[in-house]
Amino acid sequence: MKAKGKVFLYGDNVDTDVIIPARYLNIQDKKELASHAMEDIDKDFASRVKPGDLVVAGKNFGCGSSREHAPLVLKEAGVGCVIAETFARIFYRNAINIGLPIIECPEAAGKIEAGDELEVDFDTGRITDLTKGTSFTGQAFPEFMQKLIESGGLVPYINSGTKG
Amino acid sequence: MGMTMTQKILAAAAGLSEVKAGQLIEADLDLVLGNDITTPVAVNVMEGLENKKVFDRNKIALVMDHFIPNKDIKSAENCKCCRDFAREHGITNYFDVGQMGIEHALLPEQGLVVAGDCVIGADSHTCTYGALGAFSTGVGSTDMAAGMATGKAWFKVPSAIRFNLKGSLPPFVSGKDVILHIIGMIGVDGALYRSMEFVGEGVAALSMDDRFTIANMAIEAGGKNGIFPVDEKTKEYMKAHSERSFRVFEADSDAVYDEEYTIDLSSLKSTVACPHLPGNTKTIDEIEAEHIEIDQVVIGSCTNGRISDLRAAAEIISRGQVSKGVRCIIIPATQKIYLQALEEGLLKTFVEAGAIVSTPTCGPCLGGYMGILAAGERCVSTTNRNFVGRMGHVDSEVYLASPAVAAMSALKGYIAAPAQS
Repeated sequence: MKAKGKVFLYGDNVDTDVIIPARYLNIQDKKELASHAMEDIDKDFASRVKPGDLVVAGKNFGCGSSREHAPLVLKEAGVGCVIAETFARIFYRNAINIGLPIIECPEAAGKIEAGDELEVDFDTGRITDLTKGTSFTGQAFPEFMQKLIESGGLVPYINSGTKG
Repeated sequence: MGMTMTQKILAAAAGLSEVKAGQLIEADLDLVLGNDITTPVAVNVMEGLENKKVFDRNKIALVMDHFIPNKDIKSAENCKCCRDFAREHGITNYFDVGQMGIEHALLPEQGLVVAGDCVIGADSHTCTYGALGAFSTGVGSTDMAAGMATGKAWFKVPSAIRFNLKGSLPPFVSGKDVILHIIGMIGVDGALYRSMEFVGEGVAALSMDDRFTIANMAIEAGGKNGIFPVDEKTKEYMKAHSERSFRVFEADSDAVYDEEYTIDLSSLKSTVACPHLPGNTKTIDEIEAEHIEIDQVVIGSCTNGRISDLRAAAEIISRGQVSKGVRCIIIPATQKIYLQALEEGLLKTFVEAGAIVSTPTCGPCLGGYMGILAAGERCVSTTNRNFVGRMGHVDSEVYLASPAVAAMSALKGYIAAPAQS
């Protein structure tokens, strides 16, 4: 399983209120919600992001509220993977549960620049910066988590287990 | 190796004699909580599950508190979704307009959480119940749905930081100042993935309301949970509010902690978190010297909307009038607190001073409604987050403070130190 795309770069403590502001939390339609992703710190994000693109950030990505809307809007916007130095714990859990790939890699977070072309291999945790010709190793996904993400999140994963 | 208090509760909930930090466990849940923002998402997730039944209709609490009374049509549809779900599944602890309160003030008041419980809630401030000696933590809507269906949740057993509290708080310094001081000291990711265990002789001097406030903001330091030992005050509180039996867990004497801090409560000053992070703190004397003028004051929320918060605010507000040009919004956290404040004359004090009193709601805390800020506006708030755009326009500013500081600032028109009249 791989993700490949351009990098959107952010700093430390990107909170869930900027990933998806609370004023939109009454919206249930995923597409409409995703059109507001990141708008309070990067108003062009939703219009510029393409399927497979990556978000790279510093420490404590996704801190704040427990809103699952936060990883959901990134996934819906097409984000292929979020790479950060560290993630806030509820965001980490939510991202896995809804099937948004995330990787902790402090080394990569400091050296990748906005707009770089990146490839991430989830089997090995290998992150390759194709623009700079550099590479880093983040935490690889355990097999069950790869299956969970491949099947689209916790629910289809649980259901497939029930069926199997 | 000994276990921390949190680890002991988790071990019991998982039916294990011992757990270690980092271990993945599946625990039985005593309560699963959701609100009007997160429950509709969970209901949608449950639709996708093959088992669509709830595990126990008495162990689910659904509280309509964020955007209610319905602020618009979409919010009304969300509440209707929750109401229909509650009716269909016979959920006993469903709280709507008239019975509701802000969830983390309401659940302990209703006696739905007691010491030793293992609780998840689809709201990040679910960590509040650590004040009662329970393990409780915030999760997302998918975890909530899985919890409602199975009565179980998986956890990675956390390591812990121990905070030894000693002494007692000076006048006008409260639990809010303790937790803001701690977040300022360790940072907004200082307790990432870990438990914050508050211990020491200083705990005895803290009221239950102070403990709720401190545990409530553990998440603002990145913590998985914040927790207090169970003492006479906890037992008294539980006996007054709940008929359920409780279980007291204590950390082993040889429990291992990642870090330890000692905090002398008597040395603390009123503390304010400046925009745009809860860890961006200054003491009140530093900030008063900057003479920061304000447009709005909010006193309320799951952090500081309890009766002792309203009493602390009323004591100061009774001395004068809300400064011209300042909008002061006061929000009792539950119906019961509202009624108590009414009977004690606190609401009269607020209204006579030119403040307004709202029905319980999370509204302004997260920029929902009931006090949204325009560009360039500044608010002193007793809430828990001051992120960019949290209370309205991206160019507005929120300063987090105690009820006493917020009340004094309302009278002065700038961020001011509470003092004797």
